[in-house]
Amino acid sequence: MNIRYFAWVRERVGIEEETIEVPGHVETVADLIAHLKSIDENHASAFEEEDAIRVALDQFHVEQDALVAGAREAAFFPPMTGG
Amino acid sequence: MTITPRVRVQLENFDAAEESLRLSAGRLDVGAIVTFTGLCRDEAGTLSALELEHYPGMAEAELNRISTEAAERWPLTGLTVIHRYGRIAPGENIVLVVAASSHRRAAFEAADFLMDFLKTRAPFWKKEHFISGKEGSWVDAKAGDDSDAARW
Repeated sequence: MNIRYFAWVRERVGIEEETIEVPGHVETVADLIAHLKSIDENHASAFEEEDAIRVALDQFHVEQDALVAGAREAAFFPPMTGG
Repeated sequence: MTITPRVRVQLENFDAAEESLRLSAGRLDVGAIVTFTGLCRDEAGTLSALELEHYPGMAEAELNRISTEAAERWPLTGLTVIHRYGRIAPGENIVLVVAASSHRRAAFEAADFLMDFLKTRAPFWKKEHFISGKEGSWVDAKAGDDSDAARW
């Protein structure tokens, strides 16, 4: 699965994008976040304030209980501040 | 029949007058055009620029979803949304919404709705860069933006 990061989440992870193998036990976005946190310290720090993170699957906003099966791309970012 | 909104996510500046004219030129059924322009503001004189990061693809898709919802909700004759990205200096344009309708209420409301949802749902993030050279900082989302969007 392709994973993308934006704004301060991107800065903390230290990369814009990566491709990961999603373990079989990952069902929801929350599971995916728990898995990403286990990759290294940068990921753990990026997802420290979990409630502050917004998620999109295949470019649609979703909540953390959304199922990841079938999604090609997940994106993680802070609340939006455009306009 | 609902109109097809015109959505652009671009580096370049835009011309609000030109975009407004585009929605009225050559037609006689437009009775009201509301244009909203959001600019890069520097209240304290400390900002050198805002850096607008966006999620390419989703930014366009989300603006299209919000615009289509507005076009279904109000009887519009035209709707344009332009959001810039990249480095934007104080005084420069950031975002433009132009809503045209036969009557004023639909145009005012659609433009207001568009901005409220754009702020909370369109994937753009602002980072402030300062004249002093101190480290740039990401702008925090405002709780008021969520309550504004909840009005609709």
